[in-house]
Amino acid sequence: MRLFKRLPAPLLLGLAILALMAAFAIAPGAFTPYDPLGFDFSALLAAPSLAHPFGTDQFGRDLLARSISATAIDLQIALFATIFPGLLGTLIGLLVGWYGGVVDALFGRLVDLVVTFPFLVLVIAIVAVLGPGLVNMYIAVTIVGWVFYARLMRSEVMVQKNGEYIAACKVLGYSTPRILFRHILPNAIRPVLVYAVTDMALAILLGSSLGYLGLGAQPPEAEWGVLIADGKNFFTTAPWIALFPGTVIVIAGLGFSLTGDGLADLLEVKR
Amino acid sequence: MSLLSVRGISKRFPARRGMVDMLRGRPKLAVHAVEQVSLEVFRGETLGIVGESGCGKSTLARCLVRLHEPDAGAIDFDGADVLGLAGPERRAFNRRVQMVFQDPYSSLNPRMTVGATLGEALMVHNVVPKAEIPRRVRELLDLVHLMENAAERYPHEFSGGQRQRIGIARALAVEPSLIIADEPVSALDVSVQAAIVNLFMELQDRLGLTLVFITHDLRLVKHMTHRVAVMYLGRIVEVGPTAEIFAAPRHPYTQALIRAVPQVKPGRRSGEAAVMGELPSPLNPPPGCAFHPRCPVATAACRETVPGLEARGGAWDVACLLAG
Amino acid sequence: MSLLSVENLHVTFSTPRGPVHAVDGVSFGVGAGEVLGIVGESGSGKSVTLRAIPKLLHANATVSGTVRWRGEDLHAMDDARLRAVRGGQVAVVFQEPMSALNPVLPIGVQIDEVLTAHTQFDAAARRKRGIELLGLVGIASAATRLGQFPHEFSGGMRQRAMIAIALAAAPALLLADEPTTALDVTIQDQILKLLLRLVGELGMALVLVTHDLGVVAETCDRVAVMYAGRLCETGTVHDVFLRPHHAYTHALLRSMPGEGAARSMLVPIPGQPPRIDAPVPGCAFAPRCTFTEARCATTRPALVAMADGHESACYAAARLGSEIAA
Repeated sequence: MRLFKRLPAPLLLGLAILALMAAFAIAPGAFTPYDPLGFDFSALLAAPSLAHPFGTDQFGRDLLARSISATAIDLQIALFATIFPGLLGTLIGLLVGWYGGVVDALFGRLVDLVVTFPFLVLVIAIVAVLGPGLVNMYIAVTIVGWVFYARLMRSEVMVQKNGEYIAACKVLGYSTPRILFRHILPNAIRPVLVYAVTDMALAILLGSSLGYLGLGAQPPEAEWGVLIADGKNFFTTAPWIALFPGTVIVIAGLGFSLTGDGLADLLEVKR
Repeated sequence: MSLLSVRGISKRFPARRGMVDMLRGRPKLAVHAVEQVSLEVFRGETLGIVGESGCGKSTLARCLVRLHEPDAGAIDFDGADVLGLAGPERRAFNRRVQMVFQDPYSSLNPRMTVGATLGEALMVHNVVPKAEIPRRVRELLDLVHLMENAAERYPHEFSGGQRQRIGIARALAVEPSLIIADEPVSALDVSVQAAIVNLFMELQDRLGLTLVFITHDLRLVKHMTHRVAVMYLGRIVEVGPTAEIFAAPRHPYTQALIRAVPQVKPGRRSGEAAVMGELPSPLNPPPGCAFHPRCPVATAACRETVPGLEARGGAWDVACLLAG
Repeated sequence: MSLLSVENLHVTFSTPRGPVHAVDGVSFGVGAGEVLGIVGESGSGKSVTLRAIPKLLHANATVSGTVRWRGEDLHAMDDARLRAVRGGQVAVVFQEPMSALNPVLPIGVQIDEVLTAHTQFDAAARRKRGIELLGLVGIASAATRLGQFPHEFSGGMRQRAMIAIALAAAPALLLADEPTTALDVTIQDQILKLLLRLVGELGMALVLVTHDLGVVAETCDRVAVMYAGRLCETGTVHDVFLRPHHAYTHALLRSMPGEGAARSMLVPIPGQPPRIDAPVPGCAFAPRCTFTEARCATTRPALVAMADGHESACYAAARLGSEIAA
């Protein structure tokens, strides 16, 4: 209880949003009486009301139920589209930062190569080659996204490896893997963790964008981007179809951003 | 017999060159951190290494524990060559030669408890069986006069002096015979320094340690070392018994250094500075004796000949053509 | 009459963790041509005291008490008057010359700025004075040096340049905050000798803040010893060093390596330097003191005159005196 009191309000809000999303993902049925895939031809394109707070789409499917049931997939996207590039980038950044020299020079050129292309364009190109679908999207994001984690990790390792506690480890004859994973990694990981949480917000946007373009999650899977894509043809007559899933994306992004910023302060190492 | 024997080691660091320097074809520069240093450390003694910034004392210390690899020269420990060691032999060397660092804040891993830091050293080197590690950690803490419950706490919960004790305990964990202490008290407040200095002297007597104490503080060197080596711009200019050197320094630089230290006795106010001039850049050391531009007695020969470290008719070695 | 007199100075910093009482009721005076040392460990409030005098503290500091400059209340002056005094009659030298000098302006320009603000000289006269000033602080080939940037100077030369800038308007008082702490011992020696020479030649007063008792002993006429934001003891260097009347000064002097036999155990001060976030009701040094009485923990000792301007805030003053004599 005391821990909660000490946490800053923005972080608490962020965590509350994420907790709610997790609950939606685990038990979507507990929050709405409607079947997200159930057609209701008596309520086609119904405007938001007490019965359907988010309204319904052209098949009479309840949009609140669809938004809630989409949480599982979007949360999965948020996690997988950051964990894979995060792990790969952290490992590469750790090694590049530690060894430096020629390895670092090669890494620098590789980074230049990848960041020359806009992130989204490169991901879309790779997915287009591999074919649409979530798995291919994760592969594409990993191929492009590790660079940002590796860059962060590399610069942090460069700072940490000159710390005198690392010199002490060397004088004590510790092996390189021990120094890298037990000493440098825990001290260098903070910016990466913070970035990863913020990156989850971007991952949701990316997943939604690809879903909207038909390259990510495939209908009838309910995914927030797919929901917006469904609504685009009705935007003038039934704007709620696109508007509410869009709002959900914004709130989810906010949740990750607030949590990320809060974590940054919380993980600050005490000196 | 000497425990550690250093013969003619040199260490240079290439200086960073800007694009402009490269385009103009300026020659590659190197910092001459340590030049042709030879030194003996005798079993059970405290050897002080003093000098001002850029004199190479810290680089020398780091060469001794192989944090830096010297470019030339040899180091023998207990009669065996050190620089060729690799793998398990090198690890065995690490157990016998330990280091205590200057900065009590950056020399401890902030994310590990004191117990974990000490326990890791014990575990990696199999100093004691695994089950006995907690007991040994308590013994180590007791040895440096810290409370037992320090083991569960993190470095940030301690003051500078207490952290330095933790650093000393970590070095002692592997039961070394030689400790290289690089400015171990210069980051501490005066009132705390005395306690750490006492701890070094006490541990040395209790455990029979050999100590190399690197510092810029001549008062400490005078108080606690048996022998002292004075460094200037990468070279040792004088080495010998501390009391004798402080009583009658032979090298003009040693003389100036001792005179420049303000005494904690009121009333000694001479208007003359002990020595004129600035420390030369180690990127471009003066030819001949590096001290000659500041030396009050330098001759033409001093500008050309690098003086070797020799007895020159005295009881200890000095690198000055005019000594004798 | 004192050139500068500080009476009952208090400085409190408001921090996110609550107020910090950095300076707690400090009073002292400096006369013309006098060198006063303020000595203490980290957190003693010595630097804050110095910076409070010319109002150089950040906005989160609350300062109370009186600072009189030639009888005039310095902290009550309007901005124009304060600027005329600060940099003109009262100059400051800091510990880190590299951060106190502007890295993108040549030294000559930085001297020129001070001269423009505080003198009526024309450009040619200012340049002449600039060369004169660099010569005065022992910088050779001054005319060339004027055109150089701070990064082209060595550490000792930068501190000399800082001093030249401080001296530009011929101040009557120089406030120096650890001016030699970042320097090597042979360079420190040169700078201290330079300061003493300037005090002698220009009749300037000098307040020197330092943690080094040796620097005080060799440089200062009088000394003020600070601990945890409070003044422990003031007096001539001779009296304070040879007959300390405060338990802290006594313990500090005894902890220094010096007169004892080689490798004899030193006499450390037990415990840790105090944290100043919580005010102490009694004597701040009491927890580490070996001369404590019951009242030390509860009632704060006042600064009491001993003899000949020697003042001490210690209940054990008399006992310390007799111990030294014995």
